Amino acid sequence: MVAKKSIKFIAVLVLTLTSFVAHANGEENDHKGELVNTPGKIKEYIAHHLKDSHDFHLFTDNASGTHVSFPLPVIVWTKDGLKTFMSSEFHHDDEGKVIVEKNGTRLVKLHSKIYELEAGATSVIIDEETHHATNAHKVLDFSITKSVFGMLLTGLLMFLGFTALARGYKKGHTIPKGFARVLEPLVIYVRDDIAKPNIGEKKYRKFMGFLLTVFFFIWILNLLGLTPLGFNVTGQIAVTACLAIFTVVIYLVSGSKDFWAHTLWMPGVPYILRPILAVIELIGFVLIKPFSLLVRLFANMTAGHFVVMSLIALMITLKQDFGAFGSTGMSLVLALFISVIEILVAFLQAFIFTMLSSLFIGMAVEEHDDH
Amino acid sequence: MVIPNLVGAGLIVIGGGIGLGQIGGKAMESIARQPEAAGKIQTAMIIIGALLEGLAFGALILGA
Repeated sequence: MVAKKSIKFIAVLVLTLTSFVAHANGEENDHKGELVNTPGKIKEYIAHHLKDSHDFHLFTDNASGTHVSFPLPVIVWTKDGLKTFMSSEFHHDDEGKVIVEKNGTRLVKLHSKIYELEAGATSVIIDEETHHATNAHKVLDFSITKSVFGMLLTGLLMFLGFTALARGYKKGHTIPKGFARVLEPLVIYVRDDIAKPNIGEKKYRKFMGFLLTVFFFIWILNLLGLTPLGFNVTGQIAVTACLAIFTVVIYLVSGSKDFWAHTLWMPGVPYILRPILAVIELIGFVLIKPFSLLVRLFANMTAGHFVVMSLIALMITLKQDFGAFGSTGMSLVLALFISVIEILVAFLQAFIFTMLSSLFIGMAVEEHDDH
Repeated sequence: MVIPNLVGAGLIVIGGGIGLGQIGGKAMESIARQPEAAGKIQTAMIIIGALLEGLAFGALILGA
């Protein structure tokens, strides 16, 4: 039994390490053609990784010109209605050159955005000054992009894990079995160390659903971002903004009478100061608190990805000085070190987001008995 | 005269570093004085650290 487990562990370890090396080899191939603008290419590579995209691009073999990637569905709303097709129809074109025609609507992809060409146009022309296309317009894009796929995957994982946990309790198991045994202590941790002390014994139950969802959603997405698949979902500002908006709506809607009284007409201060304080408090609760929530998560995850990618790219920039083996080894060790720290950061950011959300909710629902 | 963005980023990092140093140092001192309250002190320390981080990151994002 023990031997079996350790074999599994070693298999996972080897798999992780080889995926690192595969990543590295993809990099090496980029360098085969001499006289490439290396810093520019590295910047482009990092920017490409941080952005959302319409397909799962793993790597490009420059020697043979083949791309290794998975296509994802593209769903767009154009002037003629809904159009759906797989992103492989663009043939990895991101310059707006390959035209996909669907019932007379001609679509191109330029810098990860999908444009609808107007009649007669053969390629997108970008105005240098305004950076808007002159002969094409953007469409409403509901595509299952890489980030959306990551979120759906996380949702599925959470659904499977937690229904297994709930089924176990329904059957009357006092100790959950299988993977649910990992989840139970985390749920209890969120309840006892995050929700109860901040919201209070009486009212915490109502908010547990939101806090648990947000905690596991952010945590699993952060961990997915560390796999070589290249998810960067919590590093998209739209995703973190949406999560912050959920928190704001929840604490504003569930705010108690005392909370609104203290926010809008602070008792115990001179009357002249009360309107000024009300404005400050309102700006704080409606703008500054959610902004700090969303920026913290976004900036931390983006910075983490940036550092890991830069360290992986180090093997190209230092190849001249240390040789292929020296630079690869050095960047492997450094990237591994930062990745281990990122595992800690992944948990810490999920914890912080949940913690601050429950702190703000606690401020809003608190009732004062003393006056 | 235009001050480059990077100088601002450096100033932000100096400020954030001072703040984190103060929080971490004081937390260490209090844990050493009262080891039984280590859990509570750690939680409070992380919250303050996160608030400070939000401030610094906000400034960095606005500056960049």
